[in-house]
Amino acid sequence: MSLSKLWNRFLPWLVPLVLIVVWQWAASSGWISVRVLPAPSAVAEAAWTLTASGELTKHVQISAVRALLGLAVGGGLGLVLGLLTGSFRWAETLLDSSIQMVRNIPALALIPLVILWFGIDEVAKLFLIAVAVFFPIYINTFHGIKNVDPGLIEMGRTYGLSRWGLYRHIILPGAMSSILVGLRFALGLMWVILIVAETISAQAGIGYLTMNAREFLQTDVVLVGILLYALLGKLADVFAKSLERHWLRWHPGYQ
Amino acid sequence: MNESHLMSHEQHNTSRRGLRLEAKKLSKSYGARQVLQQANLNIAPGEFVAIVGRSGCGKSTLLRLIAGLEPASEGSLRIDGQRASGLRDDIRIMFQDSRLLPWRRVIDNVALGLPESQRAAAAQVLAQVGLGERLTDWPAKLSGGQRQRVALARALVHKPRLLLLDEPLGALDALTRIEMHALIEQLWRDSGFTAVLVTHDVQEAVALADRVILIEDGAVSLDERIDLPRPRARGDARFAALEKRILDRVLQHPPEDFAANDEVWPPTPAHGLRWAI
Repeated sequence: MSLSKLWNRFLPWLVPLVLIVVWQWAASSGWISVRVLPAPSAVAEAAWTLTASGELTKHVQISAVRALLGLAVGGGLGLVLGLLTGSFRWAETLLDSSIQMVRNIPALALIPLVILWFGIDEVAKLFLIAVAVFFPIYINTFHGIKNVDPGLIEMGRTYGLSRWGLYRHIILPGAMSSILVGLRFALGLMWVILIVAETISAQAGIGYLTMNAREFLQTDVVLVGILLYALLGKLADVFAKSLERHWLRWHPGYQ
Repeated sequence: MNESHLMSHEQHNTSRRGLRLEAKKLSKSYGARQVLQQANLNIAPGEFVAIVGRSGCGKSTLLRLIAGLEPASEGSLRIDGQRASGLRDDIRIMFQDSRLLPWRRVIDNVALGLPESQRAAAAQVLAQVGLGERLTDWPAKLSGGQRQRVALARALVHKPRLLLLDEPLGALDALTRIEMHALIEQLWRDSGFTAVLVTHDVQEAVALADRVILIEDGAVSLDERIDLPRPRARGDARFAALEKRILDRVLQHPPEDFAANDEVWPPTPAHGLRWAI
């Protein structure tokens, strides 16, 4: 019983482990050039050196702050506008069609314009991330509110809830699962845009680290950077999932 | 101790607890469609009235007008002598679907809209409907019958003087319904509120009501007093005779050709659209 449980815990790790072993073997037997793909041990060593010198922590910190700041600005705006257009017909009529129009422009297409406006400064990166995360959060908030069961709202009215009470007890919790879907989309996009923005121009951050390493043909450091993105992306997903588990714990699908 | 004393004192005054209801030439139309046509109805305080009729006859609309969810198009509706206008604190409605908030635990659903100090009362009413052990469960964990019990507790915790029941047992199985009948009857006798039950089940109407009212084409077409002693036994010959007479009367009338659905409002929203980027 407990052995099979242990086996089940281990199973998802099997494929990555086999891959790493094969990779290590291929690299150390000279099958693959170190220039193309250094051995996992070399990547680990590079990661260790970078961490020990404090360089890695500095870059990760700068990238994370950029990403989260962009998310806070764009996501916050998306949430507020989504709540507004979802709740008030006049706001929907006024804003929604314009927002849907702008939505079809890929955030990355704005890069030339952003460089003209903000240069290659920090603001440019924040702006790109904020624009990208705005739409998934806005649209899912809007639809989440629109999809709240009107029967529940009617019930709330007959039970004497005020407008604010309806919002707090019925509309907002009802839209929450949809808002969290938007957040997860936004977190995925956030890293994509961050990577692109940092590789274009930066004086610090994971993107800068990898681009710099490319100049000096340090493939191991490039790999460290790429793996870092994977790790941070996974962390963000775990964070979003734990939010879901907390806020949607009433939902049979999350129990 | 003090509270139970208050309760029993209230129970003595049951006749004053119920609301009186008078509807005169009450009409309601949605656009060109006339749903209620000059319906007249008088309900005494504390009376239990069942409204039966085919789908689309206007019985749910009548209930929505009484609840104050919608204004009447014409005619007058008086509640305790006053002209009805909008929602009231002393009227509570129980819907066909329980309409519990799935993201709140059972006790918090019942305490919805109540001040924090009334949570004990919410727990007490839940115990009355037999769910005293399930206070902290999520609604998703309850059966259909249990959900309707929670909905009943949620209505009763406000101590309504008029309880409106909009086919509340329509989705339940036969055995659960019989249990719910007994529960509703007992709570009604204990608290003395006026009760208006909309149902398409004539047996349910005869089992519970002092009077059964039939609505056809948006107007009252039969008003039958049920003088059977309570609690009523379903196998009883007089019960069966009354049930048959009313059912035959309902079946005389041809089904309405237009409406399978008398729930015009609220509209259901487009379902589940989600966009990524």
